[in-house]
Amino acid sequence: MGIFKLRGLLLLCFAALLLGGCASQEPADSGPDIEPMEQVLDTSADDEPIEPAGPMVNNGKIVLPADDMGSGETLQGVFYFDFDQAIVRRTGHEELNKHAGVLSADRYLRVRVEGHADERGTREYNLALGERRANAVRAYLVAQGAARNQIEVISYGEEKPANNGHSESSWAENRRVEIVYR
Amino acid sequence: MLSFPNDTSEVLPRDWRMLGVEYLVVGYLEPREVSVRLHFELYSVLRQTVVAKQTIEGLHMDLRDMAHHVSDVVFNELTGIKGAFSTQIMYVTAMDDDQGRHFALNIADADGYRVRKVLESIEPILSATWSPDGKMVAYVSFEQDGRPAIYLHEVITGNRQILTSFAGLNGAPSFSPDGKEMALVLSKDGNPDIYILDLQSRRLRRITRHYGIDTEPSWTADGKSLVFTSNRGGQPQIYQLRLADFQIQRLTFEGDYNAKASVLKDGSGLVMVHRRNGIFHIALLDLNRGRLSVLTETTLDESPSVAPNGSMLIYATQERGEGILAAVSIDGGVKFNLPSSDGDVREPAWSPVKRKTFLPVE
Repeated sequence: MGIFKLRGLLLLCFAALLLGGCASQEPADSGPDIEPMEQVLDTSADDEPIEPAGPMVNNGKIVLPADDMGSGETLQGVFYFDFDQAIVRRTGHEELNKHAGVLSADRYLRVRVEGHADERGTREYNLALGERRANAVRAYLVAQGAARNQIEVISYGEEKPANNGHSESSWAENRRVEIVYR
Repeated sequence: MLSFPNDTSEVLPRDWRMLGVEYLVVGYLEPREVSVRLHFELYSVLRQTVVAKQTIEGLHMDLRDMAHHVSDVVFNELTGIKGAFSTQIMYVTAMDDDQGRHFALNIADADGYRVRKVLESIEPILSATWSPDGKMVAYVSFEQDGRPAIYLHEVITGNRQILTSFAGLNGAPSFSPDGKEMALVLSKDGNPDIYILDLQSRRLRRITRHYGIDTEPSWTADGKSLVFTSNRGGQPQIYQLRLADFQIQRLTFEGDYNAKASVLKDGSGLVMVHRRNGIFHIALLDLNRGRLSVLTETTLDESPSVAPNGSMLIYATQERGEGILAAVSIDGGVKFNLPSSDGDVREPAWSPVKRKTFLPVE
């Protein structure tokens, strides 16, 4: 489903491009500089197929192709969980759908889904809990079109906290799954 | 003027009685060609008799071990319990600097001195445990591309090998009492379950088969059962599995979080991590009376490890936001912190045997 959504989105953007800009209108004064350049580059091979712009992996994160404004979107790769829970929160679904779309569009992409827990409780139990969380994210991505063999699950339990503090707010930051592109 | 006797014949009992001293340890070192002899006596001031007398021999570099031997003999004479002063502890440290986090596996004397690094890594090291003869240790290390594997490591030589490195969890190694098998946790078949690995044949047997989390296996002293943590009842609790017929029995009912249990050698009780009012403590469950007692007053307590003499346990806790090691007597009466080292200290494991043993000479 996510893959169709994403394709739909791209098509929409493409259509918008033809109409003169995706999402926002180009400022009027920046127009004239670009116009002649495009004419020079615009050869007769209009209908010759070229590789479409794909997402790019940068430092473990995935960056979606730049739009006409020149800024690519870096997908948010961290998803948070409740204490002793491994249920993907609804608020993360939209971003996870984008990850699934990227993975299903390029079967060569590989990710590591890393599960983490907060420091409360025993280390081995937390390793198991971190794995449950990472598995839940993997299951979601697969359901949305990613292939299982694109995703490696690793749990670090409480061994790699994002926040070294010992308060409720630090713990909330540490109960997480990180999607790392390789 | 107080005397400093080397020999019990030089002891003036009246002086020591006046000072309220009940026992005296007296002795002296006798240097020999390459070795040194330590003569010592334990003297009862009240009874005016020698309670214990020994001469041991070692190298100059063994002086610390010889002193620990004396402590063991004295402790045993005075309490009837074998001393644990000659044993060692293994623990993990984590230190942060500008290059990130560094993990190390360390072995030190039981009093925290003579620290030796066994392994260093920028990836996590955890769940280190001793073989029953104290010659090998096993642990989980993420050093290979950030993936977990269980390693078997010979303490003296540093030789090591990977025991398991399946996809998913490779965790919670625990040697059987005869040292021939290892209970461990793998999730290669879908979710965390307990397996037993034959260390000779490398044959792997699956022991639990439940969609819940099964982890932290530990053997009973007779090697016939495993106790383990499972959330099959909704929350982590301790279960016992009889290996002969795979019969499973739940052991803990008090509290909503009981984990990482180990059975005392005499089978009388279980030490474990227990949550009460949201705070993690170390607790002892008396298996005969079914009574649970909380032993520690600190918070975020974990990884209890019982001394080979069964009198004390060492555990990890937090002080001012840093992980430290603390010890408590099995009756909860005596508590103390171990000397802190650099960084975050966690997961102590008490060695089952002495670092060096000395047989009395003469």
